[in-house]
Order: sequence, then C-alpha cells, then structure tokens
Amino acid sequence: MHEAVIEIESPKTREVEPAVYEHPWAVRFSHWLNAVSLLVMVASGFQIFRAFPSFGAKIPQKDLLHWPKAFALGGWLGGGLQWHLTFMWIYIATGLFYLGYQMFSRNHRQVLFTPRDIRGVWPMVHYYFFFGPKPVVREVYNPLQKLAYTSVVGLGVLSVATGLAVWKPVQFSWLAWMMGGFHWARIWHFAVMWAILFFLLGHLIMVVLHGWNNFASMLTGWKKNPEYLER
Amino acid sequence: MEARIDSRKFKKVTRRELLKLAPLLAVGAFGIPKLQEPLLKAGLGFSDWASARGFRSGHLATTFADSELAPFEKFPINGYDVADPGVDLEKWTLTVAGAVQKPGDYTLAQIQALPRKRQNTRHVCVEGWDVIGRFGGTRLSDFLKLIGADTTARFITVECADDYYESLDMATALHPQTLLCYEMYDQALTREHGAPVRLNIPTKVGYKQAKYLTNLSVTNVLDRVGYWEDQGYSRFYGL
Repeated sequence: MHEAVIEIESPKTREVEPAVYEHPWAVRFSHWLNAVSLLVMVASGFQIFRAFPSFGAKIPQKDLLHWPKAFALGGWLGGGLQWHLTFMWIYIATGLFYLGYQMFSRNHRQVLFTPRDIRGVWPMVHYYFFFGPKPVVREVYNPLQKLAYTSVVGLGVLSVATGLAVWKPVQFSWLAWMMGGFHWARIWHFAVMWAILFFLLGHLIMVVLHGWNNFASMLTGWKKNPEYLER
Repeated sequence: MEARIDSRKFKKVTRRELLKLAPLLAVGAFGIPKLQEPLLKAGLGFSDWASARGFRSGHLATTFADSELAPFEKFPINGYDVADPGVDLEKWTLTVAGAVQKPGDYTLAQIQALPRKRQNTRHVCVEGWDVIGRFGGTRLSDFLKLIGADTTARFITVECADDYYESLDMATALHPQTLLCYEMYDQALTREHGAPVRLNIPTKVGYKQAKYLTNLSVTNVLDRVGYWEDQGYSRFYGL
C-alpha cells in the first residue's frame, strides 16, 4: 500500500535510497491547522476554567486547582470566551475536512484501527514499554499508532460533543442528558481535554525519539528510507 | 511503480510540498494586534448569529423535581456592584416605553394579576457554575400582551436600579419559560436576588437575567447591548 515510492539517486556517489510519499497535503494541512487550534482551545479553555476552577457547588466554592494566568489565553473570562468561540469553528471545520478527505480518498486505510490490527497491539506495547523484541512493521503506521491516532480522532469528536452540551445545554438537551446534564457535561469536557493532552504528550515524545526525517515527513509528505520498506 | 530521480530534483519536490502549506500562515493574522480584536469579534459574532438561528422557541429547558432544588441559602448572589440598590418597594413601578400601545408605569400588583407560573430550572453562570432553583412570576409574553407590545420588533431592553442594563432578542422574550420573576422558592423576591422584579430566563446564561428592573422598552435598534456584552461578552448567549 505504498502508492508513491521513488528512488533518489545521489549524482556524486550514485547511491540510491527510497522515499515514500506518506502524508497527502490535506492530511498535513489539517494536522498543522489542528495543532494551532487545539492549543488555542486548550489555553482559552483554561482561561474560562479560571473563572470557576471547580466542579462542585458555588456555595461553598472548593477550587480544584489554580491554573496559572501565564498558561491561559485571552487575559480575562470574556477574552477567553472570544478565543474559544472563534477557534471552535476552525477546530470543527478542520476535523470535518480531515474526516471527509480520509473517507473520500480512501486514505483512511493507512491509519484507521480495524479488528485485524488488534493482535499487533501487544507486541508494540511490549517493544516500547517492556524492552521486547521489535515487531516487523510493513505499513506506514504500526497497530499501536493506528490505535492512538484513531482514538484521538474519537476524543476530538467527544470534545466537540461535550463542548456543545456545555455551550448549549438547552438546545442540545439530549446531548447534555446523555452526559448527565450540564453539570456533568462540563466535567466530561474537562476530562476529554486531559485525555487529548495525554495523547499529545505521548505523541511529542515519539516525535522526538524518531528524529528529523520522520518529523519532516509531516511537513513535506515525503519520508526517506522508511523502515517498513522491504529492502 | 518506482521512478528514479536525482537527489537535487527531490529537494525541489519536497520544497514545493512544504510551500503548499503556506496558507496556514493566514492563522498568524490572529497574532497581529491590530487584526486580533476584529477577528475575535467576528468569530464571536458568528457564534451569536448561529446561536440565534439555532434557537427553537418551542423547545423547553429541562425542569426539575422539588427534591433536586438547591437550598435557597445556597443559591449564589451575583450582583455586579451592590447587593441592594435601595429600591423603594412601596413606590416601585416598571416604566414601559418604545414600540408598545400602552406605555407608562406598571405596578407590581398589575404584573401579579397576570397568570403566575412557577418553574424549577437550572441557572447557568457564564463563569461555569450552575444551580437548580425555583422561580415564580408572570410570563414575559403575557406582560408584552398586556402592554400591547409590537412583537415583530427585534428586541426588549431593560434598565435596572443599579444601573445595570440588558437586552433580549424577541424570540427569547416570547419563550414560554421567560419570566418577569417576582418570586423565588415561593417567597417574594429578596433584595439581594433583585426585588421586586427580575428576569428569569432558563434559556439564557445568568448575566442576561437582570435584577431590580425599573424600565422595559420594545425596540428595533440597540444603542447598547448590555453591561457585560459591551465589554466583550456574547450578546446572544442562549443555552
């Protein structure tokens, strides 16, 4: 399933190495736009949270944590809401564009976690966390990556659903009801954000561990000498 | 399908792919101080427009059983400056003006002569807290009928004894759960909660539900939207 494999020849040494076009433009564009809007949503979300940093009653108010102002966007509650209610449209539009592209181009096969990937998950976990042997990978994404990337898309959908229930608990009363009402929807919205941040932490660690060639592929689409190519 | 290309040509290919991401730089406009404010204003405006479009006038906010009510003492009091602006409850009237057939001063007795509605609904504050309370009063729509309001007008505006002011879209004003509220927990409204009359709107966030009403007007044009809206909060903020 490597659509575009080419061989690059060095004019001096005549050495040849393969390169694969891994990430189509739509995927790269969505990835980076989403990276920006996700950060804005999280930082402005914390600004909004600072106005009532609790999930209990207002009287008496027991604060859950004091989020530092330096890591909050917008300056005050009204500013935080402006950023949040502006970038949510970009966040949603990017998600729809990405999902639409993946489905219609059939590129989702590269990344969507399916039942046949299940048995490959444990060997990857064993390798990453318990120093097990390195499993043979024949695809752009290994089963654990597919699981992570598929789950985080699910979390993205949940972040929008819980957010809608917090923003419009009356118009979307069925959504709020599914989450246990407005009060619980706010708790779920917060929990989903931490789940996404947890993914992001793992994602960034893996990016650092895999180095420049891998990182550059999300900018140019091309990856030189991917390990999954049979040589 | 394997092609072989020169490494210099490959560099050109990857550079071109990188340049194709240039449209992303447009997001940088949000980082330019001069553009930031109008862009965020447009974003908030779009959210308000979508909210007004999505508002369903027949859709009711969830109501709750008496057992789910927060105790009255635990119902928060959020005044914007004073807890008691010193309204003379004996002489109080609601002054009505604008696109109405019968402008003038209306007494509490006149308002209370209209059918009374009581409802246990959730009060949601823009800050994020919420509380389920019991409210009683007359439907704003009934009062608008009494004063002969032109309900094709776009807005209701209110002014308050503490200089707070608010405005309401007509669809929300006519919603069956929107009350001219003079009771909480079956008792006359206390001063801290906005005596003698406040707005209770289960389909709106808390700051739209003004207290200590003194003036009400029906209009098509807003000179100002509301105390918080004019500082940058959402002007519609329907729940």
